[in-house]
Amino acid sequence: MVNEPDLEIIVIGGSAGSISVMIQILSALPLQFPLSIVIVLHRLKNVSSEMNKILSMGRRGLNIHEPDDKEPVQPGTIYLAPQNYHLLVEADKSFGLDYSELVNYSRPAIDVTFESVAQVFGPKAVGVLLSGANHDGAAGLQAIVEQGGRGIVQDPETAEYPTMPRAALAKTQRVDIFTPQQIVTYLESLCC
Amino acid sequence: MSSQHEINPEELNAIIDLIRLQYGYDFSDYAPASFRRRIARCMSTAGIKTAYDLKFHLLNDKPFFGWFLQSITVNVTEMFRDPAFYKMLREQVLPTLASYPVLKIWHAGCATGEEVFSMAILLQEEGLLRRTRIYATDLNPANLERARTGIVPLQHMRDYTFNYIQSGGKNEFSSYYTARYENAIIDKELRQNILFSPHNLVTDQVFNEFQLICCRNVLIYFNKVLQNRVIHLFYDSLSPLGYLAIGMKESLLFSDIRDRFDVVSATTKVFRRKM
Repeated sequence: MVNEPDLEIIVIGGSAGSISVMIQILSALPLQFPLSIVIVLHRLKNVSSEMNKILSMGRRGLNIHEPDDKEPVQPGTIYLAPQNYHLLVEADKSFGLDYSELVNYSRPAIDVTFESVAQVFGPKAVGVLLSGANHDGAAGLQAIVEQGGRGIVQDPETAEYPTMPRAALAKTQRVDIFTPQQIVTYLESLCC
Repeated sequence: MSSQHEINPEELNAIIDLIRLQYGYDFSDYAPASFRRRIARCMSTAGIKTAYDLKFHLLNDKPFFGWFLQSITVNVTEMFRDPAFYKMLREQVLPTLASYPVLKIWHAGCATGEEVFSMAILLQEEGLLRRTRIYATDLNPANLERARTGIVPLQHMRDYTFNYIQSGGKNEFSSYYTARYENAIIDKELRQNILFSPHNLVTDQVFNEFQLICCRNVLIYFNKVLQNRVIHLFYDSLSPLGYLAIGMKESLLFSDIRDRFDVVSATTKVFRRKM
């Protein structure tokens, strides 16, 4: 794996069929993972949710945090986009929330976070797009790649719902197609 | 959002200056990430390709500005959004407010009124509506006009009913509105003590004293400087021991007067002004 010492942030987007992959990735993650990780999942609104606990299932010491507005994006921290908001990043690397129209029928929308991360972090960002049944994330992943960041798409063959990975691949070819295990191996390689 | 409508920070500042000088709305302390996205979205909808063209339209086409204002300000709202918040209001805040002979509540940034109507239902069920005056304000005149009609799109009523039940609602939700074609109209009785009126949190001042101020998911559009200023405005508008409710993911952390509030509920973000 290429040495990528300048990376600052990994954004992972997923929808239908992505939670098990997300758990697989997170539970394999070294506890001392040095970068910021931001997870955007399509999820229900107006219900009490313990999604952060579900994602850190079976992993002691793994803390997944839903950021408040204006909270700084810290290294070594895993964030989950809160329900019913779009999650953006400001130029000063703090989070911004937005309660505006649905994008791709979703709020949080993966495109919104990915595009915002692309603008602020440019080549220091990696976008990972997992299983899903709509087209959210395709434009966002393209934006990350266009700004010099790295794009990774879950191999559609391994995805429970391949629509989302396929939509991303149709938009940009300059991405890696990884199985969940390869995604894990890649993230591990960034650690040490 | 297509990248061809991206505008750079200098262009953004020029657009903000133009709007301020020409129309008196000051967006200079809005949070840039979200605001830039709004403008890009607006340009894309209007088929405007460059910042120069946008400025041209803003300068020369007043009706365009009306539309532009409507589209860049976020007017999304729901009835009983975050049921846990309304449950908390019902169980912990309203009982203490019941001791006031007359109650004044301010909804700041009320959009098209859905949260205000939710509050009115809550007050009705707790027997407080008749002695409450609700001041509901927004900067956007089109929103206020809509809110005054009491009309809510029917398509969302199923979600709202779900929210209402989750929030501890005591009645049939449908008993609060009349459905007609695509719309629901909120009962007049619920709306008679609501005053919808223009107020811009950026430029306008204290106008009354309140026992409860609700300003949920409005501060997220402001930068830290403006957030702090608005929290001062709220502090100055609250009676001692008056309540302030903000969005579930908003915080007072970046305000220099956060110590002048007690935390009533950290999860639903309800605060209380100290004496």
